Amino acid sequence: MVGSNTTEQHPIIGIEMKKALRAGAALIVADPRRTELACLAHFHLALRPGTDIALLNGMAHVILAEGLWDREFVEARTEGFEEVKATVEAYPPALAAEIAGVPVESLVGAARAYAAAKPAAIFYTMGLTQHVTGHLNVLCLANLAMLTGNLGKPGAGVNPLRGQNNVQGASDMGALPNVLPGYQQVNDPETRKKFEAAWGVPLPEAPGITVMEMVDAIASGRVRGLYVIGENPMLTDPDLCHTREALARAEFLVVQDLFMTETAALAHVVLPAVSFAEKDGTFTNTERRIQRIRRAIPRKGAARPDGEIICDLAARLGHPMVYRSQAEVMDEIARLTPSYRGVSYARLEGEGLQWPCPTPDHPGTPILHVTGFPRGRARLHGVNYIPPDERPDAEFPMVLTTGRVLHQYHSRTMTGRSPGLDALRPEPEVEINPQDAERLGIRSGDRVRLVSRRGMVEVNASVTERVAPGLVFLPFHYAEGAANLLTNPALDPVARIPELKVCAVRLEVPARSGRSGLARRDRGL
Amino acid sequence: MALCSVFIDGKAALVPTGTTILQAAGAVSISIPTLCHHPNLPPIGVCRLCVVDVEVGDFHKQVAACHAEVQDGMTVRTATPELERARRFALELQVADHPSECLDGETGEPCELRELARRYGVTKQRFVGDEARYPLDESSPVMTIDLNRCILCRRCTRACSLVQGQDILWIMGRGDESRVSPALSLPLRDTACVSCGQCLAHCPTGAIRDKRPLRPPVRPEAVVTSVCPYCGCGCQLDLNVSGEQILRVTSNFDGPANRGSLCAKGRFGYHFVDSPDRLTRPRIRRDGRWEEASWDEALDLVATRLREIRERQGPDALAVLSSAKATNEENYLIQKFARAVLGTNNVDHCARL
Repeated sequence: MVGSNTTEQHPIIGIEMKKALRAGAALIVADPRRTELACLAHFHLALRPGTDIALLNGMAHVILAEGLWDREFVEARTEGFEEVKATVEAYPPALAAEIAGVPVESLVGAARAYAAAKPAAIFYTMGLTQHVTGHLNVLCLANLAMLTGNLGKPGAGVNPLRGQNNVQGASDMGALPNVLPGYQQVNDPETRKKFEAAWGVPLPEAPGITVMEMVDAIASGRVRGLYVIGENPMLTDPDLCHTREALARAEFLVVQDLFMTETAALAHVVLPAVSFAEKDGTFTNTERRIQRIRRAIPRKGAARPDGEIICDLAARLGHPMVYRSQAEVMDEIARLTPSYRGVSYARLEGEGLQWPCPTPDHPGTPILHVTGFPRGRARLHGVNYIPPDERPDAEFPMVLTTGRVLHQYHSRTMTGRSPGLDALRPEPEVEINPQDAERLGIRSGDRVRLVSRRGMVEVNASVTERVAPGLVFLPFHYAEGAANLLTNPALDPVARIPELKVCAVRLEVPARSGRSGLARRDRGL
Repeated sequence: MALCSVFIDGKAALVPTGTTILQAAGAVSISIPTLCHHPNLPPIGVCRLCVVDVEVGDFHKQVAACHAEVQDGMTVRTATPELERARRFALELQVADHPSECLDGETGEPCELRELARRYGVTKQRFVGDEARYPLDESSPVMTIDLNRCILCRRCTRACSLVQGQDILWIMGRGDESRVSPALSLPLRDTACVSCGQCLAHCPTGAIRDKRPLRPPVRPEAVVTSVCPYCGCGCQLDLNVSGEQILRVTSNFDGPANRGSLCAKGRFGYHFVDSPDRLTRPRIRRDGRWEEASWDEALDLVATRLREIRERQGPDALAVLSSAKATNEENYLIQKFARAVLGTNNVDHCARL
């Protein structure tokens, strides 16, 4: 498990992890925090935030040096072995362990345990990816799986756990700037020709911009109109002061949501949408399983489903999109998307289908890459360690990492309006190690101030050994004490994912208590 | 696989070795009453309602069908007068201290003991116990523990330990003093309970129940199977609906990703759907003030402004943020709208956040 607090973020998968542990599985958890699973793990590698590459290269070094790799798999199904071998040679365990801040014997032990377990599965979430090296971190993890032959078989694989109920589906459907449905590239002329024929209009060639770049493009005036559907960047984007300044500059901002979110408050028009219980459709979960949702109650007031609103708007803009049912939309998706081609509503009753499902009689694909990889051979990559964008210094001597808690969800639009659930965790708490707390005279429950180069918040302290000395953790759900006032918007150059998991902060005890908010800003620069 | 041939109430069944008598009976459509049994949990055989009569060669006795495995050549009788007497006796002991308002169906909560008592015509006549011995544990903001309705079937303790792996609930005390409780008789809120409600999902009597159903419990008019709106696990759940509201969420034990398990968010996080904060009409901001508008007015304005910007600055001056909360069909339509109608690939969602 790398960068995944599974029992809090994916509780049902967490249950399966704990069952596997009780059945005798070995567990390695790489996470700066001592999460529940880290407490139960055979190896908890409490790495310094942002040192994943060094740690994973160190493990690969041990696996190669001790001859624990799967020669047959590497030779038959991969390429780039010499490249990765040459790279990880520069990461002997002692050096890797020093960079990552973990005991060398833990690193070596974990490498041996991973290589010895047949099969061994890797799971990761945004603790691994929300770094300026996010995509490189994933390549390093994939190296471990390839070197040990842990792909394409039950109980193995490199498994990202998806954070939102339909983040897999939204990606599959091409709600991404560079791909059409089914990850078909927008800049491929054949693909465009197919969609142009189906939709009856010419399509733009150049890939668009990602969510973080949209905010910058609005700030610079390159983007003038933004249509936000069911998202709340005013709490979930890094560096919220910048986000607010940018969104306030938008010439026209439409927000379509269930609630008057922090983002909707900045809009020119707000359109009321309906919840999952008021509409039909499908979600695709983290195991690529497409399942039906069904309308259970009438719509609230005049609120309408997102799809209906969009089709209505399309007609007003001179391009009618007319469907009699959601099933008919799925039929169009199936016609244009090879991995969904065999999917239809008739087949989704009961347990649903796992894509790829290329034909109407295909049973679906629970395990990917069993007989081959889409590109032929899997590619091993030699990746060198790059430190986080922002490191602690004299002025901001501590590291802040952010994440979620079990009983809240994203920007709290839903959990915050479910009173029992909200009462389980009504306020944010910053986790502080007892050593740091003692040095600053902080006790659990005290009001403390966190200051970064971009902003400040005041929240209550929770003194705990879940975090190491020098590290603090703050969940990002809350508008009062918003962690993303502090976070660093630096992006991974390829994946365009922000480094939400590492930034430099200063911890202070405020002279008198005050409320944090967007209006107050520390001028640390 | 080795098979066993058994005769259950005269019906022949051929089942794999290791099958319980209860499962074998189910395979030939013979239903045996149970209380402590739950198909999601290993059998424990404490309620004695599933008692059946078995005969193998010289061996002849009454056993718990949930627990006892079939043997080749076994003859099973599930409903002799003697067995029915034994069941009635077990039920009479169970109802003795069970709250009358539950047995009378006044609570509105489903209760498996009530159903069985009615089926067997069992009332409190023969034995009378102390009905209200325990104060409610209302310390959790999401669950109520009402030991007065507890029948000590141990489904909750097994669910807590074997399904969730949390080991919060146990049986404390002996004999008549036995009760379900966290260690040291702590209130639930003061334990490491994660509020998953697996105990509640397995409870047959509502002794552990949702503390805040949207309305006082009534029988749902419909139970609609859907998928949880929170994380990416993809848990199926059942929306219990009455009128225009979700009354509560219950487990769906057929869901492939979760087999009945839910976390606190999936089980107790449905109130937002009915929140008074829900937006119910389009709003337009004019001179810094929000005004409600008709759909026609709002959509005409949106279409006009988007067209204006596109004509003046080109399609890439527009961008769309789609949603990981929207359905596949909606995401498909939204990206089609961005590309085919607005003419830009500037479409993304929060996969990076």
